[in-house]
Amino acid sequence: MEKAKAELRQLGKKIEIQTSKKQNPTLIFPLRGLSNIEFDKKSSTLKLGDKTASRSFFNVAHSKKFLQTLDAARISHNLLKEKKHASLRDVFYQMKRTITGTKTNIVDDQTESDAVIEDLELITGCSREQLNINANKNGSVAGNVIVEDKGDIIDWSKMGSGGWSIPSNVEEIKFKKVQAKYVLYMEKAAVWERLHEDKFWEKQNCLIMSSQGQTTRGVRRLLQRLYEEHKLPIYVLTDLDPWGFYIYSVIKYGSISLAHMSEQLTIPGVKFLGITVDDIKKYNLEPNLIKFKDVDIKRIDQIKDYDWFKDNKDWQRQLNELKKLKAKAEIQALSARGISFISEKYLPEKIKNKEFID
Amino acid sequence: MVENTKKEIITAVELAKKQREISVSEFFTKNRHLLGFDNPRKALLTTIKEAVDNSLDACEEAKILPDIYVEVTQKAEDRFLVIVQDNGPGIVKEQIPKIFAKLLYGSKFHTMKQSRGQQGIGISAAGMYGQLTTGKPIRITSRISPKKPTHYYELNINTQKNEPDIIKETEIEWLTEHGTKIEIELEAKYQKGKQSVDEYLKQTAIANPHIKVAYKNPEGQVIEFPRATKELPVEPKEIKPHPHGIELGILIKMLRMTKSKNLGSFLTSDFSRVSPAVAKLICDKAKVDIKSKPERIPTQEADNLLKAIRETKIMAPQTNCLSPIGEDLIIKGLKKEINAEFYAATTRPPSVYRGNPFQIEVGLAYGGEAQTTPDDEKDDLIRVIRFANRVPLLYQQGACATNKAIVTTAWKNYGLSQSRGALPSGPVILMIHMVSVWVPFTSESKEAIAHYPEILKEMKLALQEVGRKLAGHIRKTVKAIQQTERINLFEKYIPELATAIAQLSETDKKTIQTNLDATLHKNLKELIKNGESQS
Repeated sequence: MEKAKAELRQLGKKIEIQTSKKQNPTLIFPLRGLSNIEFDKKSSTLKLGDKTASRSFFNVAHSKKFLQTLDAARISHNLLKEKKHASLRDVFYQMKRTITGTKTNIVDDQTESDAVIEDLELITGCSREQLNINANKNGSVAGNVIVEDKGDIIDWSKMGSGGWSIPSNVEEIKFKKVQAKYVLYMEKAAVWERLHEDKFWEKQNCLIMSSQGQTTRGVRRLLQRLYEEHKLPIYVLTDLDPWGFYIYSVIKYGSISLAHMSEQLTIPGVKFLGITVDDIKKYNLEPNLIKFKDVDIKRIDQIKDYDWFKDNKDWQRQLNELKKLKAKAEIQALSARGISFISEKYLPEKIKNKEFID
Repeated sequence: MVENTKKEIITAVELAKKQREISVSEFFTKNRHLLGFDNPRKALLTTIKEAVDNSLDACEEAKILPDIYVEVTQKAEDRFLVIVQDNGPGIVKEQIPKIFAKLLYGSKFHTMKQSRGQQGIGISAAGMYGQLTTGKPIRITSRISPKKPTHYYELNINTQKNEPDIIKETEIEWLTEHGTKIEIELEAKYQKGKQSVDEYLKQTAIANPHIKVAYKNPEGQVIEFPRATKELPVEPKEIKPHPHGIELGILIKMLRMTKSKNLGSFLTSDFSRVSPAVAKLICDKAKVDIKSKPERIPTQEADNLLKAIRETKIMAPQTNCLSPIGEDLIIKGLKKEINAEFYAATTRPPSVYRGNPFQIEVGLAYGGEAQTTPDDEKDDLIRVIRFANRVPLLYQQGACATNKAIVTTAWKNYGLSQSRGALPSGPVILMIHMVSVWVPFTSESKEAIAHYPEILKEMKLALQEVGRKLAGHIRKTVKAIQQTERINLFEKYIPELATAIAQLSETDKKTIQTNLDATLHKNLKELIKNGESQS
């Protein structure tokens, strides 16, 4: 927290000196986006390249963004001083105000404030959470693990039907007792509920975890800590479609938009459990396929081309087969074989036979 | 089409020559609408137009900078006196009665030369109209030199014989050194607006920046249209007709009138671009003997000859015979009459339709007074002013080729809004001018240019050229406004930014703000420039 405060103060000081020298206030920070992403083969994570972007106040094209960035810094600085946390939405509302004498708002849409907060992470080298700005919590976990969070002792095996909901900032959580042998992470909250109801985690002595859709930072960081601190294997279960593959890719290698935080978020050892193209035949899922749209095909081509998939034979085979299949299979397609087919047959069999894709 | 008009006039000439028993007044009454006297309002305009056109042509031929005086006085409810006086070369005594009181005297109809006079039937028709509606003779005062006496005539047209009746003939004292003054009393109606005498004179002043006009309207106001240049237009050259522009009636007439002894020499010497080889080719194709006597060629053979001409490739006519206004003078002309924010003009290179050389010019005034229309129309469509050989065309805009060329040009590309198939909207006065040895008018009136593809193409190209110039200006204006707005934004952003920096760095906000303001104003020019290169 002190680090973040110091970084923000330094940012302010730097700009203040520029103004006193009558210079055009300018920020320089690494460029985000695919054009500045490198796949580091050694660590097998996505990393930011050397390209930088500069943002100047007295530049008609940058002026507003410059103001937004400094305003977000000011808000974060206040939060840190007051020892309070705010959500991305809170920060958006703090920034959404009309500039005196104009009809212009500092921001009009949350995507604008979210973007400058990500820039701020790059500028200060502090994560959003370190800047006391949290995303919505969005994830559940259940299994034989006991943790301490803000002085409370929490047993993840005794959290009722909803499980423990994972906060967006998991840095302060302490693991007290870890009995589970592996973590099963799934794309769909509904599948998590199925497995929870079937007491899958109890029978398998594992953790089941999900966050609806794209994996949030809190969930990724928690997975990483379990993997690094307790050497738990992590298995990922997603739909069979390019979007599911990419969820796995983000957990394993990092994402393009958060490449600057790869070290705190990626888990190179994570393994893909399913659904694979081979499962279609094996579990007779053909009648339960859903036809692809054009965007799905396009996305396959994009993913095939990413550096981190390009040279991976297993993945190229999966992607090629999927392209031929021209259809997707959702995890829930397994329910066609019986509501608990997934927890009684599919998953135990896969895990026992170590049918993973790496 | 043009041929009809031409033919009717030709026929009239022949009728007048051969069958004297048919009265010219009958011919006139029947063809009123063709001659521009369909109603009292238009009659007034046509009368002035004929007189002014004659004066300008006469001055220019004599290389005199035209100085024209026009006066319209109301005599009774529907009766007006028109006076047009020029500083031209004057008219020799013997010619005066014929020019003013003999219908269709002169031969402007079949000369191949760019001239104003092509438009109408001549001043004698106006005199006749006056005579028919008021019974008053046309009054002429003319002097050719300060050393010579001034002649004054009062003339009527003998409508039976198409000959002048001299009512009065005398020598008078006149202060003018040389020039001509015409006075015609006629039944008419005076009205202001789009198709008024006032508008006609204003447009004439735009397209003829070398002339000076003083105009006293029936309300007693004197309006002056000053000269913008002392250079006379280059004199247009007369050329022989090109075979591809000829019609049967004219061909027959030419065959009868020619001095050539045989068809071969007729074709080579009475037309342009016909070599002996081409003449032979034509005669062979038409199966007419090249040695036959032109005046003996029957109509059927003349028709074959015409077909053969049309099927024969003949070199395009020379185009150096035209005298356009030119881009600089178009702009000068517009500037002196319309106080606008931006002007542009384009003169296309000469081109050819049906064997007739022609040239298109377009001028444009944007913003300022170009915003107001004389009729206070509700819509904000652009105003179009049309000219043929420097003469304003005030009627039949919708039927004119200019209109089609304008509505089919994509003005949205040039910064003006436009509904499909309509004139564009915006504060624009658009001038479009066709120069030609023969301007093709649509049949009913001589106020709309016919839709020849070659003409439309040239018009569109000219409009596009001017459109691009306009777009550049509009973009610059819009950009300048945007830049100012952006500079203002910097000023508004500064307090917000200063607050953020002050809180982060824990320093004084006022100092930061003062420094930022100073930086902004120090670099203002550079910032505007940078902004332009970025956007």
